[in-house]
Amino acid sequence: MEKRNLKGWLYLLPAILFLGCFMIYPLIDVLVYSFEEGYNSASQTFFGTGMYNYSYVLHDPYFLQAVKNTFILVIVTVPLSTGLALLISVGLSSIKPLRELYQTIYFLPYVTNTLAVGLVFMILFKKTPYSDGLVNLLIRAFGGSSVDFITGPYWAKMFVLCFYTVWVVLPFKILILTSALASVKQDYYNAAKVDGTSRGRIFRRITLPMISPMVFYLVITGFIGAFKAYSDAVALFGTNLNAAEMNTIVGYIYDMLYGNSGGYPSYASAAAILLFAIVLTITCINLLVSKKHVHY
Amino acid sequence: MENQIDYQKIEQRAKTRLKIRNAAVYTLLSVWAVLVLFPFYWMVLTSLKSYGSYNAEYIPKFFTLSPTLQNYKDAFTTVSLGRYLANTLLFTLVTTAVMLVVITLAAFAFARLEFRGKNLVFTLFLALMMIPNELVIITNFVTITDLGLRNTFTGLILPSVTSVFYIYLLKENFALIPDELYYAAKVDGTSDLRYLRRVMIPICRPTLITIIILKIIECWNSYVWPRLITDDPDYFLVSNGIQEIRENGFGRENVPAMMAAVVVISLPLIVLFLIFRRKVMEGVARGGTKG
Repeated sequence: MEKRNLKGWLYLLPAILFLGCFMIYPLIDVLVYSFEEGYNSASQTFFGTGMYNYSYVLHDPYFLQAVKNTFILVIVTVPLSTGLALLISVGLSSIKPLRELYQTIYFLPYVTNTLAVGLVFMILFKKTPYSDGLVNLLIRAFGGSSVDFITGPYWAKMFVLCFYTVWVVLPFKILILTSALASVKQDYYNAAKVDGTSRGRIFRRITLPMISPMVFYLVITGFIGAFKAYSDAVALFGTNLNAAEMNTIVGYIYDMLYGNSGGYPSYASAAAILLFAIVLTITCINLLVSKKHVHY
Repeated sequence: MENQIDYQKIEQRAKTRLKIRNAAVYTLLSVWAVLVLFPFYWMVLTSLKSYGSYNAEYIPKFFTLSPTLQNYKDAFTTVSLGRYLANTLLFTLVTTAVMLVVITLAAFAFARLEFRGKNLVFTLFLALMMIPNELVIITNFVTITDLGLRNTFTGLILPSVTSVFYIYLLKENFALIPDELYYAAKVDGTSDLRYLRRVMIPICRPTLITIIILKIIECWNSYVWPRLITDDPDYFLVSNGIQEIRENGFGRENVPAMMAAVVVISLPLIVLFLIFRRKVMEGVARGGTKG
């Protein structure tokens, strides 16, 4: 028995070692960091413990800007992308020819490098001395006036960020929803048809309840993902997000840690824990709401 | 007689309605398909235009009559795109390989071996799945810096060689293999490790392939950790590489060359996806998220 015990642990050893070093220890450490005041990463000294880091972060205009940006991003993209994905998936499941082709096309953004394709979006939306960029030409063709989406007004930059985020997250949602729709039993639909139920009613009374667990799964993961938005913003606006007023909470954490404004792991830790608290609260609210509305 | 006419009318109306609906559905789907494909088309198109002709077009053209491969040459000679690609390839291969060993052993222990504390450890592992990366990355950054592993492959690879989720996925799959096989192998005097290699891994190959594909996608696109840990361009991965190219590569205005680099970076994963389309989509549906 002793030998068997040892063997089990031996097989687990590599996993435990890696997880211990790079997950469990950091988890404790980040809490410690966040309470150490005046930490100096060069000399590794600090001169007190307390809530100062939190209060610094909460009063930092860059952090508040980042929180504002992140919340706008979350509130716009999560409902929009889930709704769009639902629309497209319902459309997809109602057709036979070309369905595979559409599915393959829709999935492409998932396998592309966010940073690289973000550059293409930047080119499409950017206004340069040489050219107004394609999107602006389209706007002009419809009688609007051109806007610089990359270095221009706040709402325009926010629009591009939201648009790109939706573009990036949609493949996953479409995939999940199409497989959820495919798993609804045909019997229910047939029974409804015999009763002469209208299509709208079938959708509301059968389809939606049957796929509601998956929709809520997507809403929850969508919230979590959108709160962690970062590389999409970098792809569009470059690494200096504070200057572009387009920083996100995660971006703020990394900026505090490293880069031109970096070297403050304590502030970064405090911000990370604040982010975790926000995400946890929102997820709990989501779960509570879903208990009321989801049919398992 | 009257009834018949009625039926025909109803049928006719239903058919027209179906046609209209189908037309609407196909329009909607095609619009989104165009929106998805257009950036890809645009990057390939732009990468084929010459520097001069791109900048001469105030209104960009939707096609080019004189495609050139000069931009691709530039992408590999003026900036070190080749190096970034090689780095990413090495990083992806080593990370995936080491991770496979680690998670297979752990999943085997959880699924097949009996030892004290197993259930407790497994619960702890599952609890770790909820921990967001942002929370632990700060300390990891400090740890790697203190170990003097910045700008090394070891530093890049180490924190990403375990994944609790993949251990869980593989363990569930291992648990499906009937115990009789194990006992039969034991009677034959097969060692655990040999049983794992000769029986369990072959049976669970589909799951392993799924995990490998997901991990490759993850590695190829990883940006945050490599950015924190490398500031020497010799160790840049493609994500950082493209950022570097954008900020001080060809000079800001050489968009066609930049697009050539983007095409080269995007191509490997797209080809991988088109080859393993079913596997990738199945795998992502089972265990993928993007974030």
